[in-house]
Amino acid sequence: MSTARDQILGSIRKSLGRETMSGEAAAELHQRLARPAQNLIPARTAGLDAEAMVRLLVIKLGEGACTVDDVASMSEVPARVAAWLQRENLPARLIQAPALKDGLDWSTAPTLEVTTGTADGSEDTSVTPAFAAIAETGTLMLLSDATTPTGLNFLPENHIAIVRRSQVVGPLEDAWSRLRAARARADGDGHTMPRSVNLISGPSRTADIEQRIQMGAHGPRRMHVIVVDG
Amino acid sequence: MTGAGPRVGLFVTCLVDLYRPTVGFAAVKLLEDAGCTVEVPAAQTCCGQPAFNSGDTVDAKAVARGVIDAFDSYEYVVAPSGSCAGMIHEHYPELFADEPETAMRAQQLAKRTHELMSFLVDVMKVERVAAVFPGTVTYHDSCSGLREMQVKAQPRRLLGSVEGLTLTELPSAEICCGFGGTFCVKYPEISDKMVTEKAQDVVATGAGTLLAGDLGCLLNMAGKLSRLRAQTKVRHVAEVLAGLADGPAIGEPAKD
Amino acid sequence: MQSTSRSFKANAHRALNDAVLQRALGNIKTGFQEKRRKVVEALPEFDALRDCGRDIKNHTLAHLDFYLERFEEKVIANGGTVHWCRTPAEARETILAICRRREARTVTKGKSMVAEEIGLNEFLEANAIEPVETDLGEYIIQIRHEPPSHIIAPAIHLTREQIAEDFRRHHTELDPARRLEEPRDFTDEARAQLRDRYFEADVGITGANFLIAETGSTVIVTNEGNGDMTQLLGKCHVVVASLEKVVPTLDDAATILRLLARSATGQEMSVYTTFSTGPRRPDDLDGPEEFHVVLLDNGRSAMLGTQFQDMLRCIRCAACMNHCPVYAAVGGHAYGWVYPGPMGAVLTPSLIGVEEAGHLPNASTFCGRCESVCPMRIPLPKMMRHYRTREFERGLAPPMAKGGLAVWAFLATRPTLYRFVTGMAARVLGALGRRTGRFKSLPLAGGWTGVRDMPAPEGRSFHALWAERRGGR
Repeated sequence: MSTARDQILGSIRKSLGRETMSGEAAAELHQRLARPAQNLIPARTAGLDAEAMVRLLVIKLGEGACTVDDVASMSEVPARVAAWLQRENLPARLIQAPALKDGLDWSTAPTLEVTTGTADGSEDTSVTPAFAAIAETGTLMLLSDATTPTGLNFLPENHIAIVRRSQVVGPLEDAWSRLRAARARADGDGHTMPRSVNLISGPSRTADIEQRIQMGAHGPRRMHVIVVDG
Repeated sequence: MTGAGPRVGLFVTCLVDLYRPTVGFAAVKLLEDAGCTVEVPAAQTCCGQPAFNSGDTVDAKAVARGVIDAFDSYEYVVAPSGSCAGMIHEHYPELFADEPETAMRAQQLAKRTHELMSFLVDVMKVERVAAVFPGTVTYHDSCSGLREMQVKAQPRRLLGSVEGLTLTELPSAEICCGFGGTFCVKYPEISDKMVTEKAQDVVATGAGTLLAGDLGCLLNMAGKLSRLRAQTKVRHVAEVLAGLADGPAIGEPAKD
Repeated sequence: MQSTSRSFKANAHRALNDAVLQRALGNIKTGFQEKRRKVVEALPEFDALRDCGRDIKNHTLAHLDFYLERFEEKVIANGGTVHWCRTPAEARETILAICRRREARTVTKGKSMVAEEIGLNEFLEANAIEPVETDLGEYIIQIRHEPPSHIIAPAIHLTREQIAEDFRRHHTELDPARRLEEPRDFTDEARAQLRDRYFEADVGITGANFLIAETGSTVIVTNEGNGDMTQLLGKCHVVVASLEKVVPTLDDAATILRLLARSATGQEMSVYTTFSTGPRRPDDLDGPEEFHVVLLDNGRSAMLGTQFQDMLRCIRCAACMNHCPVYAAVGGHAYGWVYPGPMGAVLTPSLIGVEEAGHLPNASTFCGRCESVCPMRIPLPKMMRHYRTREFERGLAPPMAKGGLAVWAFLATRPTLYRFVTGMAARVLGALGRRTGRFKSLPLAGGWTGVRDMPAPEGRSFHALWAERRGGR
């Protein structure tokens, strides 16, 4: 007795007028998956040097209603975060992803109350690291990991993301290449993808009320990006 | 009148034939002024679109075969209508996809078939006309002409050369007027909503005359404008370009 | 979902006379249309990308079995489960079984047209499980007990005033005198209302814009982040998706993503585009414990290899309905089922049959605007015409129409007779209409003259005049 799976696959093949793919034809398809090729990439980011790429990223992030800051090193981040919270009239407390614990010295911003961990929905502001930043559209790529919980990207009222200049690429396709390479190096279990890859281009919004845009639908109301040299 | 130019078979269209021969004569004049020799094969009736769009492919094919035969020998086939030209150009080959021999002839005919404005400007390279038309006009882009036959800049180009004429663009020029062949009688309420909005937009331009390149659209819009008691006159663009716009406009009584 | 597509004309009549609806529909021109135009203008490669998108999907469809099998392999390798469902009933039962095993009392839902297609919400409710819509538009129509009227903006048919009334009626614990005027008021209220529901939910159900064969990932594209909260906080993530959502690689998804947000909302990228792969990993700090992909056929495999195959390229961007003058006149509910507008006019008869949905492909002028904006170059008018041909062949066309066409065809294939008849008609109608230039009413033409005048012909046929003036050459 054939299963639903068999019947569906059988129906597909019947409609297409052939049997299961095999031989060289199948091998080609397997290759297409094993060695993914890029399709047409817009010229927008072609030939941009690193500086210009970051400049474009900043412009695009701004278009997406993010605020952006620029620092020379991670040691400056805590003070900048404190300044941003103050400017935005937000409470002086935050939760950081465990991944940042060793890299950020919060003693330089003593007025801030800092916790490290996973979000439970009560937090005002989170700080998380990005894996890559896509200059073409002003989009950050954030991965789920043992030290980067996904909840920090969505649950708090405000989200601060840290991006290193070296993480900035032009098109999304280049971020995929980096992810594949990183995963291949890492654990060799053949899994390119973590549980969650979030591509985030700004604060949460909706236009469901008469087509007028409103920020802060379910995710964060504000997004701040700090670009760090290196 | 015979020129050294190409031999054109005029596809009159059934609406022009029945309703408004002036458009046909305007087309002939424009083509002859451009140097073409124009003939009007007597065996033509209709392009078959009403049947085609109603799903009656058998009748559509029967009528189309007649058209293919009648226009076999012309260098170009030109119609003062984007929808009829589109029917032949875009859909005849598709219609005969399962009849290879006729499909070939349909392809051949399709290649030679043009809408009038586009033929004058893109093929015959006409840049100006000698007509005089004092007044403001606005222009509706009939859907088939716009999307199937790429008619957009050409009529505007030629209208730009008409002495005394001012063109005010219709903001919703590219939005369908609601004719759609049998659509307007199958779904009259929806069609009415569409043509009412169109008519209101036309009146809002303040133009004295509405022009377009398809008689179906023109009859639809003229009928609505007149039902709304608007003063806007309605004509086919060819009439103005050929200097044959002194007769009654569409829906106007004959002057006695 | 139950269809009312048979009543399209009555539905349309109500819609045309609904002043509030007409006001709401007016937002489409200034909203979706204008935004799309601007963002497309800003990308020189847009047209070339449409060709790429079409080619990727055509390739995928030609090898759909292969890519679905690869997708399944990867889902399983990542610790997830794939459920193959032939029919809506199978999909519903599968989802119910998962919910029961999780002892689910409430489930949160991201927006999913496929979930509407299978009537999931009513079914869960009938089985004592409460579904909570989290997309603001879907939430609004859920509390109104209405179906969506647009595939990406479900509540586009509503005005602020209507939504305020619904919120006051439904959120009874709040102060009835509170302000509900600006979008911020509604958004903040919905945010607060739904926050707890996310945490309470035992299962989170989302749709998928894409299924990635290369990695076994499912992709959702949102602006609100609700789909993300749904899958993150619901302890079990169920993805419900139809077969044709699969694409080969992450790069293929990147290409089509460039088309999707631009065509849908006029953004270059939606705020949140999330790739979900399996349940949480052993070391992950959060994430769902289980990951299920419910793959639905429901007629898709049967569309392959037919003249309707191109419809399977649809990425549900809604550009077609945003630009359709008929949709703009009557709104989405008139179409009577899940999928409205031009894509609905083709997909609905494909999925529920042309007897039920025959009006939809007929209620079109074939203006072609839909096809001109479709990012995947789907020839929508052509496929609507295929349905008209099917109906005609099956004798489903109205008898008057068939009779009229038969007479017309008889004449049109006999030029001499045609000349005679049209010459006469021109003279008669011309004479009758000469004085006023138009007819206010004409027998057999009530559909026309009910709402517009019929201009009178000039009085002679072109061919008759040509023969006189030019010797008929």
